[in-house]
Amino acid sequence: MAQLVATLASTHHPFYLRATTMPPEQQMPQAPEWKRKIEAYRETLERTKPDILVMIGSDHFHQIFLDNCPQFLIGKAPRYDATFYNEEREFGIPKYVLDGDEDMSGFMHQHLMDQDFDFAFSNELKIDHSIICPIITVRPDADLPVVPIYTNIFAPPLPSPRRFYNLGRAIRKAIDAYPSDKRVAAIGTGHLSLELGGPRQFMETGPDPEFDRQAIEWLRNGDIDAILANVDHESMAKSGNATHGFLNFILMLGVAGPEGADYVDNLDLFHTMEAYFTWYPKEAAA
Amino acid sequence: MSKYYVNKFLFTTDRDPEYLKRYTEDPRNFVATWEQSIGPRLNDAEMSTVNFFTPEERAALINHDYVALFEMGAHFFLNLTIFIGIYDEPYMEKSGPLAFQKEFAAKLQHWKGKEYPSVAT
Ligand SMILES: [Fe+2]
Repeated sequence: MAQLVATLASTHHPFYLRATTMPPEQQMPQAPEWKRKIEAYRETLERTKPDILVMIGSDHFHQIFLDNCPQFLIGKAPRYDATFYNEEREFGIPKYVLDGDEDMSGFMHQHLMDQDFDFAFSNELKIDHSIICPIITVRPDADLPVVPIYTNIFAPPLPSPRRFYNLGRAIRKAIDAYPSDKRVAAIGTGHLSLELGGPRQFMETGPDPEFDRQAIEWLRNGDIDAILANVDHESMAKSGNATHGFLNFILMLGVAGPEGADYVDNLDLFHTMEAYFTWYPKEAAA
Repeated sequence: MSKYYVNKFLFTTDRDPEYLKRYTEDPRNFVATWEQSIGPRLNDAEMSTVNFFTPEERAALINHDYVALFEMGAHFFLNLTIFIGIYDEPYMEKSGPLAFQKEFAAKLQHWKGKEYPSVAT
């Protein structure tokens, strides 16, 4: 059976590449620290020597729109183009082509269906920065095949936090059951408190620093009970209109299981708290 | 109210460099063209006949009025991204990084602490 070797959950900041590669005299003061933290985080993946990446993200109205809007979708294609024109324009993110793994995508799709997660699928999926940002940060060579999974964190009504957690658990089961000797890493991105297109956007901190601190502690401790007791769609909206990206962290905790994280780091950037978590399956670490 | 169609305008225009240029330079004409021949498109062969703007929606789009669009429940991500595409550079040259984004937030301050208009469609 395939072996899950690491679960990574982080924020995705589309300006990371631009912020850390522009001429040093134009860089923001935190750029060197940001780069150091990202490189340290990258090492938490590198040391596990993965063969395949199961990538969890959320399309930001790039391929998916309101005329046809799935809650959960899996990519099943031999290759994936990535980065849309408006992401190149706004964030300076380059285009990529990632290899897929049709066999694993197909297996995961069926396994998730068998677990009552009725996934939509796409045989021609162009990937956006929710999956390319973590490629840039933790696997910049973009040299591994991916199984992309998209969640809806954007177009209400959204699935519940519990559903996201249970989906994470189901993804974990599907990875564990995949008949292959491949080493699999699961990498998902989302947000802590975040405001976009509202009165609290682009402040000195994220819109709800208290939530950010709390959320980091919950994830550090793997405390899914506290998360499910305290976080719902309304509470996330109060913390910032785009805070629903936290649902992907909840999903990733489901992949890891309700355990303390093995690696935790964060960085308070203008307008948002960055956070980086890695869990190693206990049986693999032994 | 046709929130979906307003979002379709923002979505289709932001993702196409040529449309975005026309919407930047001559919004009134571009909105008219969009309503005639771009908005109704379902694919190369099919046209939809069911969606229309209200006069308020049309005016908000013509005026690049992101405050009105926010208040109508246009999706926050689309509403922000397209106007960053139009205004980020000129504001940056005049007033430095994030100047447009901060002005955008300032103009919405009266919503702070309140429940925002729903973006559900
Ligand atoms: Fe995002």
